[in-house]
Amino acid sequence: MAQIRVENLHKSFDQFAAVHDSNFTVENGSFFALLGPSGCGKTTTLRMIAGLELPTDGRILLDGEDVTFRRAAARDIAFVFQLFALYPHMNVEQNIGFPLKCQGMPRREIRERVRETARLLRIEELLSSKTSKLSGGDRQRVALGRAMVRRPKAFLMDEPLGALDAEFRQLMCGELRDLHDRIAATTIYVTHDQIEAMSMADRIAVMNAGRIEQIGTPQEIYDRPASMFVADFIGSPPMNFLRFEAALEPGSRAVQVGSASVAVPEIREARPAGPLVLGVRPEHIRFSDVGAVRGRVFGAEYLGTTQIVTLETEPGRVKARFPSSLRVEVGEIVGLAFRSDRLALFDAQTGSAIETESQGSLGHG
Amino acid sequence: MANVALRHVSKRFGRVEAVRDLTLAINNGEFVVLLGPSGAGKTTTLRTVSGLERPDAGAILIDGRDVTQEAPGTRDIAFVFQQYSLYPHLSVYDNLAFPLRSPARRIPEPIIRKRVEETAELLHITSKLGNRATRLSGGEMQRVAIGRALVRDPAIHLMDEPLSSLDAKLRAELRLELKRIQVELGATILYVTHDQVEAMTMASRIGVIKDGELLQLGTPREIYENPNSRYVAGRLGSPQINFLPASLVPEIAAPAGTETVGIRTEHLRIAAANGGGIVGRVHRVEHLGDQNHVYLEYRGETLVTLADAHQPLQAGQDVELKLVQPLYFDAAGRRIAAALH
Repeated sequence: MAQIRVENLHKSFDQFAAVHDSNFTVENGSFFALLGPSGCGKTTTLRMIAGLELPTDGRILLDGEDVTFRRAAARDIAFVFQLFALYPHMNVEQNIGFPLKCQGMPRREIRERVRETARLLRIEELLSSKTSKLSGGDRQRVALGRAMVRRPKAFLMDEPLGALDAEFRQLMCGELRDLHDRIAATTIYVTHDQIEAMSMADRIAVMNAGRIEQIGTPQEIYDRPASMFVADFIGSPPMNFLRFEAALEPGSRAVQVGSASVAVPEIREARPAGPLVLGVRPEHIRFSDVGAVRGRVFGAEYLGTTQIVTLETEPGRVKARFPSSLRVEVGEIVGLAFRSDRLALFDAQTGSAIETESQGSLGHG
Repeated sequence: MANVALRHVSKRFGRVEAVRDLTLAINNGEFVVLLGPSGAGKTTTLRTVSGLERPDAGAILIDGRDVTQEAPGTRDIAFVFQQYSLYPHLSVYDNLAFPLRSPARRIPEPIIRKRVEETAELLHITSKLGNRATRLSGGEMQRVAIGRALVRDPAIHLMDEPLSSLDAKLRAELRLELKRIQVELGATILYVTHDQVEAMTMASRIGVIKDGELLQLGTPREIYENPNSRYVAGRLGSPQINFLPASLVPEIAAPAGTETVGIRTEHLRIAAANGGGIVGRVHRVEHLGDQNHVYLEYRGETLVTLADAHQPLQAGQDVELKLVQPLYFDAAGRRIAAALH
């Protein structure tokens, strides 16, 4: 297994910059997610690492060795597109052994390698089964086995669970992460689904329009988003944005949002008067009779443990998460209080986070 | 708007019993959601109500009138399909007006205009009325498709997974809008989906359906808090409810006949291990931002619970488990009431 390092990676298609000056390091054995909407450059980045696409500029290092212009086949990386695409006419053993057979490896050696892989994946008893008879989890293991059997230095996965429905996907995420913990293979995983990235990755790079907006652990990215894009992309429902205009002074601990004064973490930078955004996560809102922001209940969505209540407020629509035991009437007027130590501030024009006590200074990409 | 009833409806296709003896009453102004996996018989049920499918047995009643033998056109229903099917050569306005311009109805054009404009306003697509139907985003197209049903005031709206082709964000937005519109219009809706979030957030009542059978009917809260079977308990809730063989938790005073104990993730509490009680081991912690999902190992079984995002927990750590409000199920998966203490 190996460390993967990407330095100043750039890719243009004619005038269009698909990937712009990307830098990141995936440590040996870690699980790294490239997360972003379609067209953000995540798949192009992955394809350059795999060697399926050549960069316009920059370097790719595999265990310190420059592989930027090496052919895909010579990189010793396994690329997994769809974890559920197996050869239907072959049994499990033949499916896993197929890549070695293509390399012309002697049959006895293939057999040994397949058995070893199956042992690692705990599917030894399935080796002679037909693939059509397998459960979803087992199919995934077989597909991974087919990638693992060559003993590659790293796995690259491009939306491998994209075709599954939500509940099954959640199950498969758990399985995949368990496997990763067992085989500790360096993995780069591309997805547009924030829950997949959050639940599996050690670190996430959030991409937008060819640029990496933030790199961090799932919790860092959730707690301290570097930009409005990241704040909106992570979390369900996403962070609420309350727009207001003000000047900021370092050391101040409150902002004026419309007619309400809202306590925020200590501000660390000065800003001339201009459009700003207060970012509030749905779980950091509670009802309070003395709450400065007033809202009218627009709708309540029951989710079992919790409910999502949508409120109309002076600065815009807000979604809050409450325990489902709380009684909420559509149309009622309520006061809202925010958990001040967890609020974020953004520059409305650039979308980037404003430095505060809780936000610290953030590296952008 | 009307009361709609299905009485002992059955429908088979060859050897497959798609719907089995299904009885369901949808009250005027109610939003009933049939929730089930694909192949459960949801769509077939909907199609028997619409008249696109004739039941082998049983009856469909609209406001007390038996319509079982009637053609779809005379039943006064509106159907929204999974894939928005708009007339591509018509404008949004004409698409919405189309159902009103049926020769059978003879509605004067000024009234049509009023209805179309009201509906467009409700769906926030007023500014798009002049657009060609094909020059819209996916979400707008599906809104027009829903609007084409809402523009009339039929006895019942039948909706077959109308949001499933949309992306997550738009789906969340339209869920809220559809519920608002339904309440504002007092429309009667029978809606089918495999998505538990849609069912829980929009339904007045949910019918959980499996293998053509209606297993339980109740408000989202009733179904979630008081499921009548192991299957229904597992159908709602994310992450899914934990199931443990009763023999593994003798510490719980389960009623006689209990085979399986069900514990919702929020009812499985963890505390620092302190030498006693039910002890499990942390297997993995998933950080989802607002909270953590904690996977625990307990006597060879995997359990999931929720924890505060900033609670320090390490894989391999032993924790004491507290099982609050367990649900009990017998060998056949039926719910057994908890013994009264």
